[in-house]
Amino acid sequence: MEALLEVDRVSKKYSVPGMKEPYCVFSDVSLQIREGEFVSVIGHSGCGKSTLLNIIAGIDRADEGVVRLKGREVSHPGLDRMVVFQNFALMPWMTVYQNIRLAVQAAYPHWSRSKIHERVSRYLELVNLKGAENKYPSALSGGMKQRCGLARAFAVQPPMMLLDEPFAQIDALTRGAIQDELIRMWNETGVTIFMVTHDVDEAIFLSDRILLMSAGPFAQVKETIPIEIPRPRTGGAIIEHPEYYRIRNRIIQFLSEKSLPKAS
Amino acid sequence: MNSKSFTICMLFAVLFLALWQLLAQGSEMPTPGQVAVVSLDFLREPFYDAGPNDKGIAILVGYSLLRLMSGFALASVVAVVLGVILGRCPTLFAAVNPYIQILRSISPIAWMPLLLYSVKDSEMTAFFVIFMASLWPTLANTAFGVNNIRKEYLNVAAILQMKPLEKFFKVILPAAGPAIVAGLKISMGSTWVALIPAEALLGSLGLGYFVWNEWNNLSLPSVIFAILTIGVVGVAVDWLFSRLARRLAYSD
Repeated sequence: MEALLEVDRVSKKYSVPGMKEPYCVFSDVSLQIREGEFVSVIGHSGCGKSTLLNIIAGIDRADEGVVRLKGREVSHPGLDRMVVFQNFALMPWMTVYQNIRLAVQAAYPHWSRSKIHERVSRYLELVNLKGAENKYPSALSGGMKQRCGLARAFAVQPPMMLLDEPFAQIDALTRGAIQDELIRMWNETGVTIFMVTHDVDEAIFLSDRILLMSAGPFAQVKETIPIEIPRPRTGGAIIEHPEYYRIRNRIIQFLSEKSLPKAS
Repeated sequence: MNSKSFTICMLFAVLFLALWQLLAQGSEMPTPGQVAVVSLDFLREPFYDAGPNDKGIAILVGYSLLRLMSGFALASVVAVVLGVILGRCPTLFAAVNPYIQILRSISPIAWMPLLLYSVKDSEMTAFFVIFMASLWPTLANTAFGVNNIRKEYLNVAAILQMKPLEKFFKVILPAAGPAIVAGLKISMGSTWVALIPAEALLGSLGLGYFVWNEWNNLSLPSVIFAILTIGVVGVAVDWLFSRLARRLAYSD
């Protein structure tokens, strides 16, 4: 089966002041994601996983390699790859409703007012933001802000969704509820999701597959771990599953190996 | 202002008036009472119009404000557009910033002889003086504000594939809005300050002309009334801008 998203031998370098050679964050990273899949990348901070996501999003540029969506090369940001940001990136001068409407209007410029309203309202409801639609982001908690960020991205109904550590700034109690909402919307829309995280449990709970990225420089995707724990998964039941601790231990072992200082 | 500050504020007013009364007594300077009488006289018929050089105070204020607004409006549009361009191109901004710094430190009044010589019309000269006074603070503030728009807002605009104009109105303007309005407020203040001498020197009907004309009439109470009017109108205009700024402000 052909992949929806294909990252083909992508490398990223940064020039560092005072250094002759540019610093290579990662090199020859390749991955493929099938339609409807939920794939996470786990790695240490600094391994370039967010940079990889930004390259797929078109916000950042690769020095080598290409990214293809449905077989076509992408190099610019677009509505077919909505991003959910770690720091939410909501427009602070717009209400929750207006923030979501901005995206829907951009994606469907020919829609009537009532159709746009319908779509915005539906996603407001799906993320349990009904009643907060006229609030400004500054009046919301981190969890509420990210609900708005998720609604904005899902309301466009893109083929591909990129989540950049979406739960990192949300308190642990709220996190679970929003993860459930995310899974519900993922099921409903059939969207393909690529998520970057450093939270092992979160990755196991949400993903179909986890890619393990080694630490930079010259970081690479070293290993792919399929998560074959049946869905629907619940936070309580998943830790009872015999596979759970095996997977968890493998990931943690990988992360601790790679975090050892290198001799060079 | 809390009640304590208000009491002190009023106390200063009383002190000032008392000092003024004390110093003015027995000299050529008009006393507060005399100024009050003249002021009431002016305010009784603010809209009277008895020929080209004899108009009520409200009409004079109207002329000044109209002149202020026309020059200010055009300058603001130019300054915001240029400011956005400079804010989006940091290299260009750095290249022209020295010129902006020089130009903004030149009093707009200093341009008057050159302007009079080239446009040969006092009304047009007044317009350009106001234009020059209005331009720089808004330009500099807009460029600064646009330059400092958080990258993530622009990323969202790019992901939503906004067209340049859409991005300008939906993201850049609102994001830089508070900085732009702060610039407009400074521009308005410095323009009001420049307007009065421009009117006085050019003889254009308005508050500046009024204050100078009353000086030529050797009517000091009227001059003081004119000065007070200039202050009050300036504060009123500033207050309106503060209200506008509050409407456009947002917090992250």
